[in-house]
Amino acid sequence: MNLDIAAAIGRATLAWMQVIGRSGVFLFLAVFQAFRRPYRISRLIKEIEFIGSKSFLIVFVTALFTGMVLGLQGYHTLTQFGAQALLGSAVALSIIRELGPVLCALMVTGRAGSAIAAQIGIMKITDQFPALEMMAIEPVKYVISPKILAGIISLPLLTAFFDIVGIFGGYLVGVQLLGVNQGAYFSKMISAVTFADIYGGMIKSLCFGLLISWISCFMGFSAQATTEGVSRATTQTVVVTSLSILVVDYILTSLLL
Amino acid sequence: MIRVENLVKTYGKIVACNNVSCRFEEKKVTVILGGSGSGKSTLLRQITGLEKPDSGSVFFDGMDLTRATKKTLYEKRKKMGMLFQGSALFNYLDIYENIAFPLREHTRIADNVIKNIVTMKLEMVGLRGTEHLMPSQLSGGMMKRVGLARAIVMDPKVIFYDEPTSGLDPISTGVIGKLIKDLNTKLGITSVVVSHDITSSFKIADKIIILYYGDIIAQGTVAEIQNSTDERVVQFITGSPEGPIAFTRSDTSYIDALLTDNEKAT
Repeated sequence: MNLDIAAAIGRATLAWMQVIGRSGVFLFLAVFQAFRRPYRISRLIKEIEFIGSKSFLIVFVTALFTGMVLGLQGYHTLTQFGAQALLGSAVALSIIRELGPVLCALMVTGRAGSAIAAQIGIMKITDQFPALEMMAIEPVKYVISPKILAGIISLPLLTAFFDIVGIFGGYLVGVQLLGVNQGAYFSKMISAVTFADIYGGMIKSLCFGLLISWISCFMGFSAQATTEGVSRATTQTVVVTSLSILVVDYILTSLLL
Repeated sequence: MIRVENLVKTYGKIVACNNVSCRFEEKKVTVILGGSGSGKSTLLRQITGLEKPDSGSVFFDGMDLTRATKKTLYEKRKKMGMLFQGSALFNYLDIYENIAFPLREHTRIADNVIKNIVTMKLEMVGLRGTEHLMPSQLSGGMMKRVGLARAIVMDPKVIFYDEPTSGLDPISTGVIGKLIKDLNTKLGITSVVVSHDITSSFKIADKIIILYYGDIIAQGTVAEIQNSTDERVVQFITGSPEGPIAFTRSDTSYIDALLTDNEKAT
């Protein structure tokens, strides 16, 4: 009985190790192919458009309301200590260090990650990968590499946009609505935020960008070639990516602090 | 042109190719016939290098594709066209871009020339005017014709057809059959067709190979196949339910399966 449990744990661990190994090889191949000629700049731009520019609205709304809520919550907490002048630095630091990279990545996972997994899964069940091979085009280089690069490029840019909109949202509520002094809001912010904060946030968003495109591409690529397989891959992409973002966020924070 | 030697491929217990050897002559239409699960699609995927055999060789233009590097394989693939069972059109590109795709990837032909080539290929399959539709807006038969137009856009020497007529209405079947024959006679394209459609195969084939669970049980001209006395061949081409080819695939006893309680039959 005990041996059965041990065997089951062993099998599960082996299966996990296999998945991790395969996804590692997959990422290596995609990155390797990305730096071989011919470079596929037009494909890359298309993918940046899909992952990045089409996420602008969703990121804008998320950032605006996150900033506004922070302004509201921060104001009510800080007034208890008579420190409402610190609102600007509180909003800016929490957004730049944590909320910007994490929330932005989670939103992009839901919008673009699931779509990437579904798209690649559909390409797989309709034989489009062997079709590419028969046309003498390397499928990983043509389909996967541009998506991985686009994720790495798009996320920091989206996060920077998130940070600006979020700080503006805090300003709207804190300064315009609740009457915090405008000069105090920005001057405290400027003195509190260091280059290390921005740098840390950008490092995070780079890693999250890689995570999103890597996991969603891998899930789609290794989906079972059935309709259930594709729908499972899509769901798993969102679950696995979201969880890894939160875990990696903790690890990165502990390393960067 | 293409020579297959002692090809073996197994998936677990299932033998998809059991020491298969055959030849596909230049400028001829060869049809690989067989029921579902007879290993004909697997054979096609190995001939094109999409799958590696467990052992054996595939010679294309005198070169063994099973031992070729990816680079030489891709070089040879430029001489191959393939029509997939589900057409395998790129769902995010319109018809025009689907057909222009191989040209854009492999050549530096100017846009206005590409436009003429695409128009010519679409005219050949009778679908001029559909350039700006998406694949999802076409019927299955039209998608196959677009897939065929894409397969011939690089003027290949060989075209592989994976079940080109399955799931099509009689007229589309006839049209596809005529296209295959026309491409072969007018352009001298070597054709390898995988099919289970007896009628249209007999119309277009110069040579027929019949597969049965990974074994070649007959090969020859249409007349030779029609005059075959092999019971399995006769049963297959007449579509008879009675004969040596069993319909049921289960190797356990039916009575036992009915009498066993509480367990799913395996």
